[in-house]
Amino acid sequence: MVAAAAPGGLAGHLDGFVRAVREAGIPVGISQAVDAAEILTVVELLDREQLRHGLAAVLLQRGNQRQIYDTLFDLWWPLGDRPQFVEVTDEDDDGDGEAMTLEAPEGDLDPAARMREELARLLAEGDEEELARFARRAVGLLGQTSPSPSGQSWFSYRVMRALSPDTLTSQLLEGLLNGEAHGGLAEQVARGEVRERLRSFKDAVDTEVRRRQADERGRERIAKSAVKPLADQIDFLRAQQGDLAELRRMVAPLARRLAVRLSARRRHGREGRLDFRKTVRASLATGGVPVVTHHRPRKIHKPELVVLCDISGSVAGFSHFTLMLTQALREHFSGVRAFAFVDSTDEVTRFFSPGADVADAIRRIGREADVVAYEGHSDYGNALEVFADRWPTVVGPKTSLMVLGDGRTNYRPPGLPVLADLVRRSRSAHWLNPEPRRVWGSGDSAALKYAEVVDMVECRNAAQLADFVTTL
Amino acid sequence: MPRPPTQLPQFSSVSDVAKRLSAAGYLPDKQIATTVFLADRLGKPLLVEGPAGTGKTELAKALAAATDAELIRLQCYEGLDEARALYEWNYKKQLLRIQASQASGDGADWETVHDDIFGEEFLLSRPLLTAIRRTEPTVLLIDETDKADVEVEGLLLEVLSDFQVTIPELGTIVATRRPMVVLTSNATRELSEALKRRCLFLGLEYPSAEREREIVLSRVPDLAPGLAEQLVRVIRTLRALELKKSPSISETLDWAQTLLELGLDTLDESTIGDTLGVVLKHASDQERAAAELRLN
Repeated sequence: MVAAAAPGGLAGHLDGFVRAVREAGIPVGISQAVDAAEILTVVELLDREQLRHGLAAVLLQRGNQRQIYDTLFDLWWPLGDRPQFVEVTDEDDDGDGEAMTLEAPEGDLDPAARMREELARLLAEGDEEELARFARRAVGLLGQTSPSPSGQSWFSYRVMRALSPDTLTSQLLEGLLNGEAHGGLAEQVARGEVRERLRSFKDAVDTEVRRRQADERGRERIAKSAVKPLADQIDFLRAQQGDLAELRRMVAPLARRLAVRLSARRRHGREGRLDFRKTVRASLATGGVPVVTHHRPRKIHKPELVVLCDISGSVAGFSHFTLMLTQALREHFSGVRAFAFVDSTDEVTRFFSPGADVADAIRRIGREADVVAYEGHSDYGNALEVFADRWPTVVGPKTSLMVLGDGRTNYRPPGLPVLADLVRRSRSAHWLNPEPRRVWGSGDSAALKYAEVVDMVECRNAAQLADFVTTL
Repeated sequence: MPRPPTQLPQFSSVSDVAKRLSAAGYLPDKQIATTVFLADRLGKPLLVEGPAGTGKTELAKALAAATDAELIRLQCYEGLDEARALYEWNYKKQLLRIQASQASGDGADWETVHDDIFGEEFLLSRPLLTAIRRTEPTVLLIDETDKADVEVEGLLLEVLSDFQVTIPELGTIVATRRPMVVLTSNATRELSEALKRRCLFLGLEYPSAEREREIVLSRVPDLAPGLAEQLVRVIRTLRALELKKSPSISETLDWAQTLLELGLDTLDESTIGDTLGVVLKHASDQERAAAELRLN
């Protein structure tokens, strides 16, 4: 219905949507685009949720793409353009609120206070649809201001400031607890619920603001700014606190994948040499014809992994992630040893006992491990020397060595011969560098020099790490 | 090129899907119902992905029940090969046949024996071939596709796009009636683009509070509604924690069953502390939950 108004009709509109999905980093092939068009002929076009899920079924390939897809879907297939009109027909209990929506008086304090009351009521009831409808009305009433230089006149912060939903928390908590005692389980559960409802209200406001902005400035422009990168595309070095939680969730599957890969290799060609005796013995059952051959089990190769990780401040986000990966790997393999360094090196394997909490382990490493000898700036040369000195037998012909760091030496000696010697002694050696390849060797980075003696891999986000894992 | 056989769709509308799946004991949300409807309408395989215990396999079972079809299951594992997935010659029986013809000395020449031992009688049909050859309605469940090796995906591609199998000695077997195909995956490995492209994707997540309550009540009907409500709220709080393994729907149901068996009618700190092992299977998760929920 909305789509029909777009140039090129429904097909053109769908094409624009598919393009936007593709631009957001979700690979959509031509055949999928064709399938999407076929979907339009099968679903009830007037049922928006059917359309949403139907298109998702052909356009998406992974669960984590869903959030981006939903954002874009709301932009391209918005709810009717006249929310006020819909509400008049839908709601009859608060007629005066409607009147104000239509007049849209700006900056009037009275409606804001009244809406705040209504918001408190809706949040207490927790009906998602009602809440979304309210969010749309609230944006219409409170979200507009005179256009900024960029031509934008709708802002969610104005709504949030006027309604300040966060200050309703204690009131909501009382309501949900319903007289039960504070401090126990009931409060924790209620708190979680309040948090969830507040977040869904904020999401609804954001969606509506984006819709109105899109009307104003064109949805292509809004789509670009509204879409956050996929979790596995987040740059390690720029990861925010919120992203880290997202990254943490990705580690476990990644480690499991790596473990599956390594053990798959172990089992590959599982049939060893022919066990002649057993085969002949078994052939007696089939009249002396050796129908089934028996083999001796292969010797199992146990992968030994040594991780040498830079944990200085400059690569904090990256080392955080890699230490989590190390921890996750420890749960699958016993032969993993981890070492951390800043300007000196210490073994940190003991902090990663299976089942230990990673965040806790990382805090303890910062406190207890002996990784700083001088003033706490990375010194690769010294760190490598200490490592080779104190643990001379750790790296052997069965060991895979993995160095994690940006190779920024603060203009100190890089310790190349030591590293070259370690690489020579190991079975395989890789260096994962969280910096983009083009800045390797710039400033105090010795990455290019290291790259001459060890296989250096650019590893800026989880996706690249996953790629690396599959080439192991 | 032979076209895959077409057939009448099983479901008339999305709400029809929802109704019949509910009748089969599976409460679908709008996303599940829509995607199943499309899979049926477009005749495409359905790829269901999601964490363990969110009802992927259940969906296939309910689908079979709702369409009066038989469920044929191919469980994938590492090392699964053509002989286990598609068909295999029963070579032990073939060998016996040859030996028998030699022993009886009836002078059967090689030609007849040869034709004889590569017949239907000696063919062991594995799930994929079975599903293709069936003339009655069939739901083919390919479970945990991500566990299988990459080579199996190639095999699936061929079978799932044309619904035919070529056996060199017998010729090409084309499906007379196309089975409804459900593939499940835990995403331990990325499936190949080619396979994903041929399927409709359904990403299952943990259900909404309301739907989960309904599921609990429909599966454990003797549970008091108030307790179910409380249970779901606690489960959702647990899921919000950063746990190694978040409790899934099946664990919610286990917990509901446990409470019922123990005859408990409210969910307080001590009850949860005693029965937490039903939902959280890691010691560290239990400790964490106990601390966060202030159970002690």
